[in-house]
Amino acid sequence: MLTADDVHFGYDAAPVLAGVSVSVGRQGLVGVLGPNGSGKTTLLRLLAGRLRPRAGSVRLDGREVSGLSRAALARRMAVVPQETHLAFDYSVMEIVLMGRYPHLGPFELEGPRDLAIARDALAATRTAALEARPFNTLSGGEKQRVIIASALAQLDRRAENGGTRADWGDGLLLLDEPTASLDIGYQLDILALLRQLWTDRHVTILVSTHDLNLAAGLCRDLVLLKDGRVLASGPTAAVLTPAHIRALYGVEAEVRPHAAAGHLTVVPIGRVGDEGARP
Amino acid sequence: MTSIRGRLWRTLPLFAAAALVACAVAPLVGSTHLDLLKALDPSIPFARNTDAQILFVARLPRTLAAALVGSALATAGVVFQGLLRNPLATPFTLGVSAGASLGAMLAITFGWTLAFAGLSPVPLASFVGSLGAVGIVYALAQARHRGLSTSVLLLAGVTMNAFFSALILFVQYFANFAEGYRTIRWLMGDLDVSSYEPLLAALPLLLAAFVAFAWLPRQLNVLSLGSESAEARGIDVDRAQRLAFFSASLATGAAVSVAGPIGFIGIVVPHMVRLVVGADHRVVLPASAFFGAAFLVACDVVARTALAPIELPVGVVTAVTGGPFFLWLLVRRR
Repeated sequence: MLTADDVHFGYDAAPVLAGVSVSVGRQGLVGVLGPNGSGKTTLLRLLAGRLRPRAGSVRLDGREVSGLSRAALARRMAVVPQETHLAFDYSVMEIVLMGRYPHLGPFELEGPRDLAIARDALAATRTAALEARPFNTLSGGEKQRVIIASALAQLDRRAENGGTRADWGDGLLLLDEPTASLDIGYQLDILALLRQLWTDRHVTILVSTHDLNLAAGLCRDLVLLKDGRVLASGPTAAVLTPAHIRALYGVEAEVRPHAAAGHLTVVPIGRVGDEGARP
Repeated sequence: MTSIRGRLWRTLPLFAAAALVACAVAPLVGSTHLDLLKALDPSIPFARNTDAQILFVARLPRTLAAALVGSALATAGVVFQGLLRNPLATPFTLGVSAGASLGAMLAITFGWTLAFAGLSPVPLASFVGSLGAVGIVYALAQARHRGLSTSVLLLAGVTMNAFFSALILFVQYFANFAEGYRTIRWLMGDLDVSSYEPLLAALPLLLAAFVAFAWLPRQLNVLSLGSESAEARGIDVDRAQRLAFFSASLATGAAVSVAGPIGFIGIVVPHMVRLVVGADHRVVLPASAFFGAAFLVACDVVARTALAPIELPVGVVTAVTGGPFFLWLLVRRR
């Protein structure tokens, strides 16, 4: 669905990404994992078409992303940032309806269909009860769920496809460290929500994170990014190894399946070279 | 949750009615009693009809000026606030009014007569001044990516106001005594226009600004999420920001050329409007246009009558009411 092929990029002379290739298939669930400063956010901006690569290409269904109109791109891809701060007191419903922006003409007002789309998105993120609340009064986890609802409203194609039910199958959700500013309860909330959107609603998801256990618990495939290059990529079980974690973070860690959690878990043991911390 | 269509229909007619009522009543109120029937009696020649003269030469242009200036400053405030994602941003606090004043002062003092494309020099110079000030604000906001923080915004505004005030004083040094008195009143924010000429001169700029404003509300809504998120929803953020900065400068320049830098309209009006209609710019912007007109017309009535027969510059009235309001907002925002 979305592929970056050997992309190079830098904001100035120094390269931030040097020959990165990533691919998300339809209904894929891919994590981009790497330490701070490894180029995750830049890669997401390139994938979203916000930046143009110096070399290489980014394609959505085979078409160069930079050749698509902003609205066309926005109808296929939605971005969820780490945090959202508002200067004004919009209601939750108003925030979700903002997702309809690329579907409406310059002077078109949201109609009953957009309202239905927004309500479905709120229901899918279990925030329907918050509809009339001011966004600024929500908790961090609630805010993030509402922002994901806004992204789903953006991706809903029922208006184009003539349907009456939620239609997110064509959509790609790009999330940039969506849990980085949340406490652990809300982190698990978001993780469960994304997993459910992927399994039940067939939304394609690409998520960047530096949280090893989030990646282990959520992603089917991983791309490990270090210093602007791909260290390894492939199915999570194959990529998430102690050797890769050592290379990525300089940390000794144990990786093992956890019976109760139902997925791999990573236990950091200590800094590489820190003998006292070794088991 | 009511639809946006419902909210527009329920609220805008009320705000429009408030503006109309204010404009209809204000010319009848004043230190001199006005007999409306006599003023409108066509059988009395205009030259001998003092009531008609007071109505059409003194009060009506002044009321219309107040309405247009109030409307322009209030909407410019809404646009600056949406753009900088900061509810304390206004033409006045950003120093944009001061930039416009400097431009207008230069044109008045040195009697520039060159007209450009049929537009008179004072509004144009005023617009160029506001554009210069906005350029500085824009550069500051760009350098910080996430918009201006409140502290940077306030410091920048204080600095710009001080800077432009110094230049204005320097220009005043070249003015003769009579001009000097006139400009001091003007700098306080004065609606003593007594002819339609400055209004007509500013009207083209004002109309251009209002036409540009029509494209902004939806984009300002989505920009509230942050430029990254706005971009991801399909907005050309750079273009939207340029249009917003440019049109808000036009409105400020036009308003200042008529009445000087009247303060606090751009903050009092949008906040009161938001308390009633919520945050959606598609309602806030037109409602502020109407309410700004009503508010400044009302302030001008107070300015004309409070200490009658002395007429206060209306800027004094708006500052006395708006200053404490601004401080209250600042404290309430933590």
